[in-house]
Amino acid sequence: MTAPVPLVDYLVLDDGPHLRAHECVNCGARYFDRRNGCASCFGTEFRDARVATDGEVRAFTIVAYAAPGITTPFVAAVVDCDGTSVRGNLINVKPDPEHVELGMKVRLATYVVGTDTTGAEAIGFGFEPAN
Amino acid sequence: MSRDVWILGIYMTKFGKRPDDDTVDLAAEAAQHALADAGVTMADIGVLAAGNLMGGAGGIGQALQKQIGQTGIPVYNVANACATGATALRTAIMAIKAGECDYGLAVGVEKLSGVGLLAGGSRAADKDEWTPRGRYGAVAGVDGRIGTETMPGVFAQVGMEYGHKYGGTSFELFAKISEKNHAHSTLNPLAAYTKKMSLDEIMNDVMIAYPNTRPMCSANCDGAAAAVVVSDSKLKTLSLEQQRRAVKVSASILTTDPWQEACQILPDVNTLTRNAATQAYEAAGIGPEDLDLVELHDCFATAELVHYDNLMLCEPGGAVDFFESGATWRDGTTPVNVSGGLESKGHPIAATGIANIWEVCHHLRGEAGPRQIENAKVGLAHVIGLGSACGVHILERSAA
Ligand SMILES: [Zn+2]
Repeated sequence: MTAPVPLVDYLVLDDGPHLRAHECVNCGARYFDRRNGCASCFGTEFRDARVATDGEVRAFTIVAYAAPGITTPFVAAVVDCDGTSVRGNLINVKPDPEHVELGMKVRLATYVVGTDTTGAEAIGFGFEPAN
Repeated sequence: MSRDVWILGIYMTKFGKRPDDDTVDLAAEAAQHALADAGVTMADIGVLAAGNLMGGAGGIGQALQKQIGQTGIPVYNVANACATGATALRTAIMAIKAGECDYGLAVGVEKLSGVGLLAGGSRAADKDEWTPRGRYGAVAGVDGRIGTETMPGVFAQVGMEYGHKYGGTSFELFAKISEKNHAHSTLNPLAAYTKKMSLDEIMNDVMIAYPNTRPMCSANCDGAAAAVVVSDSKLKTLSLEQQRRAVKVSASILTTDPWQEACQILPDVNTLTRNAATQAYEAAGIGPEDLDLVELHDCFATAELVHYDNLMLCEPGGAVDFFESGATWRDGTTPVNVSGGLESKGHPIAATGIANIWEVCHHLRGEAGPRQIENAKVGLAHVIGLGSACGVHILERSAA
């Protein structure tokens, strides 16, 4: 069986699914994408940092109209994971203002995005209500 | 020698659907009227800065010259997202401040009617095999899977974040901001939409990205705006009428977003706006309490709220109370977007950063007709382009 692949390289699937940031060795700024240097202090040394999987919703929107090919509605959010801000969808919750609120406690969760022609599953992540 | 720069002539085309005019036609209409308003010709102009973001052809400045006058002057084609118009204006102002010439022309133009949602482009279909690509090593499209790239969704989160930080926001509050701007537009014949909308109509319209419904989003439309700027020394040689109608550029500031913890995942539109405002007030030697009117970048109703705070029109954290007090209505203490704003006047992207200056100048010259802010002396115009760039101009009525 083909091993599952993460939707993005900063999602780590083994050792308990979690997000891994590139952390600036000099100032501690965290980035999910590959960086040539630190946007905060210009340092060029980075180390891996495990991002907390529990967080709090700091902002959200319920997207009803999106680009072609994207299923709506969905909840896009900014989640504060113990000081590291993470972008992700809120999942396993009804996408309406009665079920989603600012400040709600959430935790990282994974789901299957799809299966490719080799039989490999792509695994995505989102945040689900902690309670 | 004074390095002051003045707006001598300025023009905004009718915003809306302009099917019979192409980008160059609209730019030429705005430029020729701005020149006539200034009382000068292309023979006087020493620098041209022009912006057109979505046209794709490139070289809008040179294309425009071929319609209004090819005099061999330097042309700067500028692009800075929604701050493109303000960037063009500032480029012309910088050339004058540098002493390179006495007159400059800035033009912004866009054709956006019927473009629909400004999203991050369409998401490609998933490939046959998962292969990591790009700086995130993504094996498939992430828009809609890891948050949203649509502008209404991004700016919805900007407003919601403010609500989380300070409280007091609601769907209804954001809709009320839109109600104000649509009401204001009824007095602006050049606005794309001039229809008053009730709170109910706004809240029950098509939801785009909660809490932004369609009328709470900037209106895609066609339009252009242009301005002629002049040096202080040259202005003193012109007619009394030209000197009387000239508007002083007391501050012309452009900033970008400094690094903030969360800016990699949600654009920070706050810090660079606050920085631009701080620099602008200092340069002009005035404070927010001196402003008679403000045109700010209400690309979405959720954005207008945070910019009350960023431009320091209210106490930190006090934007909700400030709005609820009625301060930002046309008859309030700090009228905001009396033009109708981007939500109702419209948002032809590259034109916006000059069109908002036209609105302020119109009032400072006492020429705004039924929507005139009585005895307006000082105004502020603000734009922000994601990426990000922020332009703030403070304008003062001539003492002549
Ligand atoms: Zn650093």
